[in-house]
Amino acid sequence: MSFARSNQVHIYGWLLLMPAAIFLIAFTYYPTVATLAHSFFSDGTALRPSVFVGLENYKLMLEDEVFWKVARNNFWFALGTIPVSVALALLMAVWVNGRLPARGLVRMAYFTPTVLPMIAVANIWLFFYTPDIGLVDQVLGMFGAPGHNWLGDPDTVLGCLIVMTVWKESGFFMIFYLAALQSLPPELEEAAKLEGAGRWYFFRRVTFPLLMPTTLFVLINAVINSFKLVDHLFILTKGGPDNASNLLLYYIYEVAFSFFDEAYAATLTVVLLAVLAVIAIGQFVILDKRIHYR
Amino acid sequence: MSTIELAGVTKAWGGTVAVDDVSFTVEEGSFVVLLGPSGCGKSTTLRMIAGLETVSAGRVLIAGRDVTDSPPSERNISMVFQSYALFPHLDVAENIVFGLRVRKTPAAERAKRLARVAETVGLSELLGRKAAQLSGGQRQRVALARAIIAENPICLMDEPLSNLDAKLRHDMRGEIRGLQQRLGMTVVYVTHDQSEAMSMADKVILLRDGRVVQAGAPDQLYERPANVFTAGFIGTPPMNLLDLADGPEGAVIVGADGRPVLDGAGEGLKLGIRPEHIEMSDAGGLAAELVWSDYLGADTIVTARIGTQTLMVRVPGRHGTARGTRASLVWAPEAVHVFEAGSGRRVDDRQAIAMAA
Ligand SMILES: Nc1ncnc2c1ncn2[C@@H]1O[C@H](COP(=O)(O)OP(=O)(O)OP(=O)(O)O)[C@@H](O)[C@H]1O
Ligand SMILES: [Mg+2]
Repeated sequence: MSFARSNQVHIYGWLLLMPAAIFLIAFTYYPTVATLAHSFFSDGTALRPSVFVGLENYKLMLEDEVFWKVARNNFWFALGTIPVSVALALLMAVWVNGRLPARGLVRMAYFTPTVLPMIAVANIWLFFYTPDIGLVDQVLGMFGAPGHNWLGDPDTVLGCLIVMTVWKESGFFMIFYLAALQSLPPELEEAAKLEGAGRWYFFRRVTFPLLMPTTLFVLINAVINSFKLVDHLFILTKGGPDNASNLLLYYIYEVAFSFFDEAYAATLTVVLLAVLAVIAIGQFVILDKRIHYR
Repeated sequence: MSTIELAGVTKAWGGTVAVDDVSFTVEEGSFVVLLGPSGCGKSTTLRMIAGLETVSAGRVLIAGRDVTDSPPSERNISMVFQSYALFPHLDVAENIVFGLRVRKTPAAERAKRLARVAETVGLSELLGRKAAQLSGGQRQRVALARAIIAENPICLMDEPLSNLDAKLRHDMRGEIRGLQQRLGMTVVYVTHDQSEAMSMADKVILLRDGRVVQAGAPDQLYERPANVFTAGFIGTPPMNLLDLADGPEGAVIVGADGRPVLDGAGEGLKLGIRPEHIEMSDAGGLAAELVWSDYLGADTIVTARIGTQTLMVRVPGRHGTARGTRASLVWAPEAVHVFEAGSGRRVDDRQAIAMAA
């Protein structure tokens, strides 16, 4: 009797878990495992079935110049976007949190980039960067600078992507900082003021440490986002010219769906996942010790 | 010099006036309590003294200097916030020396003062603990330590004991008062607890709706309340206030047995008598009906009814009361206070009639 009952309880439990579990397994865990397995096999065709090749795909990857270029691009892209967008987000949040006329309007303005669909945003920026008639060249033209093909020049294309991404990300991160700032009791600032602490001193010794949990969260998101970018590339550059603006995820997409080399795409995906996991774990371990959680 | 002077200070937010033309002086080295019901403007007044709130009208003077427009840091004031306002990520020691670090006090001096202050408030064992890991009473002492380590002559406290249990509150009252006297600090202390005010203050400033109702030493407020509000606010339980009417031989209590209690007319007046000044006698007093009794240990508060009006009587020891018991109440004529019913003001030129025991 009690055995049957407890069995029944178990069945209910599993039934309740099932919908979420099915989706997680079907769309997260199964693909991850399948990708990992796939990366150890050669790419099969109708004539040559796929066979186990061990680390052959990884060896190929290490010899692939485009891979190294894309990895370097992604490194610079991450370095260019993460610190700047996080710092900007913090700065804007502190500013918008203060007493400011039309505060609601300013907050909304900063959040707009996050709400807009990325394809639309990329189209707007495509116009900004258009040679001669685009906004950037028009403004620079007023100072007598000659027109420039911003997205067509391998030297400037990555920079253009970085600027646009910072513009988009910092508004999003600002919302998290703003929420954290609003939860700080105002008496802390008053107490510091009475002691004669200046705004910068208070920020450095109190606000910033208390915002650390938010910073960690934002940092991890920023890192993941910087490796996840594809939608802009479709509209703006398609990774060009000469892979100058190609990033890891877009390269994986190309390998899989333009070159139809699924095994190699799987290999690249595994590497991307590994890099992200290592970075995220590293951030947790290093920063966690210095964070004060309330 | 650390006198604080408020001259006609007013604070308004849009249409709401939180503090209305308040003037008072806090003498150097004295302990002044701002007392009043919730929302009467105590915190706002304190925050204006600290400079955390701008003043709509009037002047604030500290040590004779007009500081109305000075920032908080220039006023040489320490403050204990109602919510303590400790920095949760810093340990107790860092919280206490926060201000010293801001002012770049040398490390040796800092350590010396920290040790002394920690000793004073009994926190020496806890210096390494994070502020977020302390009990309410410990946090309160950290807040206090942070306020006194600056050795500022003036300390403002906003209901610092309101979150503590009765015993700890009692102990801390004594500690704060002792500390203030030992260090010769000028303290402005906010509370809505009249017994706290009575036991600690050199001077009580009673506020109501943003105005000063009465200011004076605790015994002054207790013995000569200037109006019915003070009479009804000071004392536990507060003073009984009974409506009077004209009678053939003098003023009588409305609804009572017709015994005169006051010479002359009674219409438009109220009689005030403290529960502890009323005695129950076997006969000869004012006839009353007992309604209820609250036993408090050392004494009992008996609620009695005279006609339609109720009043409370403090009786020593235990006093069981059956509902509806008849009793006779007696008081000495000196114990009687008289107020105008309309304005609530105290009337001094009326003579109470002695009760034949
Ligand atoms: N920032 C503000 N804006 C508008 N009105 C305010 C503001 N701060 C306080 N008030 C109003 O001013 C009045 C006095 O407030 P204050 O905080 O001084 O009361 P208090 O005497 O300290 O009360 P309590 O004992 O409950 O702390 C209240 O009616 C309150 O609603
Ligand atoms: Mg208050």
